[in-house]
Amino acid sequence: MTTTTAPHHADAPTAEHVHDAHDAHEQSFFTKYLWSTDHKVIGFQYMITGLLMAIIGGYMAYGFRMQLAWPGEWIPGVGFLSSGRYNAFITTHGTVMIFWFAMPVLIAAFGNWLIPLMTGCDDMAFPRINRLSYQVFLISAVVLIGSFFVDGGAFGGAWTAYPPLSSKATMNLTPLGSTLWVVAVALEFVAFLLGGINFITTAMNARAPGMSMMNIPIVVWMIVVASILFMVSVGPLVAGAAMLVFDQQLGTHFFDPGQGGDPILWQHLFWFFGHPEVYVVLLPAMGICAEIITCNARKKFFGYKTLIYTVFATGIISFFVWAHHQFVAGIDPRMANVFTITTLIISIPIAEMLFLFIATLAGGQIRLNVPMLWALSFVAEFLLGGVTGIFLGASGSDIYFHDTYFVIAHFHYTFVPIAVIACFAGFTHWIPKMTGRMMNETIGKLHFWFTIIGFNLVFLPLFITGAWGDHRRIYNYDHFPDLTNAAMQDLRIASTVGLLIMIAAQGFFVWNLLWTWLKGPPAGDNPWQATTLEWATTSPPGHGNFHPMPTVYRGPYEYSVPGAAADFTPQHLPPA
Amino acid sequence: MSTHAAIEHGHAADEHIHPPSFYVKIWGILTVLFAISVAGPMLGIKLVTILTAFGIAIVKAYLVCAHFMHLNIQKRWVVYLELGVLAMVLLFWFGVAPDVMQHQGQNWENVAAKQAVERGMAAHGAAAAEHGAK
Amino acid sequence: MSFAKPIATLRTSAGLPTGRLALWWLLASEVVIFGGLLASYVMQRLGHPEWAYDAEHTNVWFGAGNTIILLTSSLSAVLAHQAAQTGDGKKAARYLWLTIGGAAWFLVNKAIEWSGEISHGFTITKSGFWSFYYTAAGLHGLHVIAGATAMAIVALDAAKNKELQRVEYVGIYWHLVDVIWIFLFPLLYIAK
Repeated sequence: MTTTTAPHHADAPTAEHVHDAHDAHEQSFFTKYLWSTDHKVIGFQYMITGLLMAIIGGYMAYGFRMQLAWPGEWIPGVGFLSSGRYNAFITTHGTVMIFWFAMPVLIAAFGNWLIPLMTGCDDMAFPRINRLSYQVFLISAVVLIGSFFVDGGAFGGAWTAYPPLSSKATMNLTPLGSTLWVVAVALEFVAFLLGGINFITTAMNARAPGMSMMNIPIVVWMIVVASILFMVSVGPLVAGAAMLVFDQQLGTHFFDPGQGGDPILWQHLFWFFGHPEVYVVLLPAMGICAEIITCNARKKFFGYKTLIYTVFATGIISFFVWAHHQFVAGIDPRMANVFTITTLIISIPIAEMLFLFIATLAGGQIRLNVPMLWALSFVAEFLLGGVTGIFLGASGSDIYFHDTYFVIAHFHYTFVPIAVIACFAGFTHWIPKMTGRMMNETIGKLHFWFTIIGFNLVFLPLFITGAWGDHRRIYNYDHFPDLTNAAMQDLRIASTVGLLIMIAAQGFFVWNLLWTWLKGPPAGDNPWQATTLEWATTSPPGHGNFHPMPTVYRGPYEYSVPGAAADFTPQHLPPA
Repeated sequence: MSTHAAIEHGHAADEHIHPPSFYVKIWGILTVLFAISVAGPMLGIKLVTILTAFGIAIVKAYLVCAHFMHLNIQKRWVVYLELGVLAMVLLFWFGVAPDVMQHQGQNWENVAAKQAVERGMAAHGAAAAEHGAK
Repeated sequence: MSFAKPIATLRTSAGLPTGRLALWWLLASEVVIFGGLLASYVMQRLGHPEWAYDAEHTNVWFGAGNTIILLTSSLSAVLAHQAAQTGDGKKAARYLWLTIGGAAWFLVNKAIEWSGEISHGFTITKSGFWSFYYTAAGLHGLHVIAGATAMAIVALDAAKNKELQRVEYVGIYWHLVDVIWIFLFPLLYIAK
């Protein structure tokens, strides 16, 4: 560290590349960006891979939404979509968006960026395991994409992979693709187990002196709790994945009822993981929004400890709700009653968290910048998703709504706020820190409004078609006279138009990235006047993050403290 | 690097160094227990088999965890953490067993599984009878 | 390429060394992986009385022999830890190699046992019991291989008196492998 520390991040403006080339500690492109153990570089790797995978997932959505709006027509950029490819598209869309977009971006990218910076240490506790986790993740993505190019094509049995459709090649017609799908998902689990252990250990053990448990920023807590949830829930499914591969390739009968197996067992193995997984991605998203809302309301977070305890409660209850996905699968109605009750109970802590967000906003001096717009829209849109979930959590009404577009609309109103809205919220909030450049507010607002309008236009109509009984697993409605009336088709077209708007809106995002790269003004250390530790260092932080290492003197959200010199008091500032 | 040194010798802070004979003693107890668990089923009494097999497995696991892994002198929450994930496995069992272990319940019957059981019992019964006739 | 440990690795806010802390979390994740598999096995086994006829064909003596091997290798692993505590890296490495020898012996036994069973027609597809038998024991076998590999790496360092704290960590992992087998043995071999 002879000269000023070189920025270690992938999005560095070109001028700084030149500067690097003259640096005494010259590193090749390979060791610096591809083989680095620096948590910020790995965060960028996860972020970029996640966003690229989101493009793939979005392309799939484009393909099947076009098919649903104008069945059987030629689709620009896709061609004619056969039923097999349609199935592969919906399966891959679901799998990619959850495992290769939401998780890498929300947990891995933000976890890598924020945990060491916010807890005031120089890197993750295990930098090389961190690198390994990204490499395994990258391989898993390659395997998944590769499954499109093998004999029979990619797996088309939906992201839940229920047997016998997933276990028998005679049924799914993708003898290799289905196995590659399971292998890719299993590798992704391994990557996130490695990453999760790293996040938990770092946040537990590597905190700056003075940072007690109750001084940890909310988003760090959230990512840690999410990692724990993931680790505890995924175990049975790792075993289940091995069983499924054996069923596919060796001819065992773990999930074949005729031969002493049980397909319901897979559903349990899957959803025992699958439901906590919802909270695995939800919690980091809520944490990101909590940071942004507090900072931009210029107010201390309302009920910090309440929120932390609520998160623990959510985490525990999330293990007791999984079978609400199986109400029509033939599980015992007595168990269904239990799971209905637990499902309704879990809405209480989630509602409590949203109330805390709103209470934080009340009476604050709100700055409506782009990250804040995203964070506020997260609260509003997620609320819609949460409320519609009540209908699906109650076993009686679920029997009607099950497998309709109502379900699709419901979980997209939860997952799009989580994966898209919170991701953009965090991205626009922390990119000044990670690159040292401000993004453009005007382009950012255009991006925000068009995305939000597009998103609502996609899924509001689907609530209605779903309530009318529109089934979600149909490739071409022409064969179903009950579902082909003009009103329903109009709504489907509206939904597809919404998707086109939403996709087109991402052009603003790309424009904004280019603008930031080429002429973004320097951000300075603390552009948002925020209090947490990541704003105490330079933008972007150099290798080792802090010089000298910070000490923490207070809680994370000391905004507008009466009698203080400024309206924010950073955590690392020694008391006067 | 004082922090590093503290970790290198961190054992002393929260751990007592046992003499090798202590571990050999534990190993001796484990071996005796193991012998009982193998001998138990030879009596041919089902209850004894289950008690010796699984009861002793739990005792053995406890001995290994407590004295070899040193969970007995570890921070208390580590024990709770491991017991907590074990509780999640039990939760899984109790949530799934009503559907998978049982082959019928309220308004449902798993016909395929019942047939598989019957077929299996019949096949083995026939084989056993044949074997007995020889 | 030398690798300098970051400050993050050396801090101990939670009161125990980072490596051991991570290891307890790793163990937690292993517990649910095996827990899920064994829970699935137990509930299926209880629902399928006909599997008992298949279970009769497992060889208790192979299982018993492997149990005693693992118990003994656990002893040498903990003795390695004890030697590391007293700062004797060479002795720790010797005990670790002894443990690895136990792992190798275990795997050889397993190979002989399995090839015998497969040649008698008891393959993984024979019945639900055999499917679980090979899956559970196979997954455990993978952990034996992983543990032995980790111990070899640690033993090479320990012989030079480097990274002695890792002797304890691989030891704890090895005890987990032992504990899992302690449950697999009655589940697969004794309960008939």
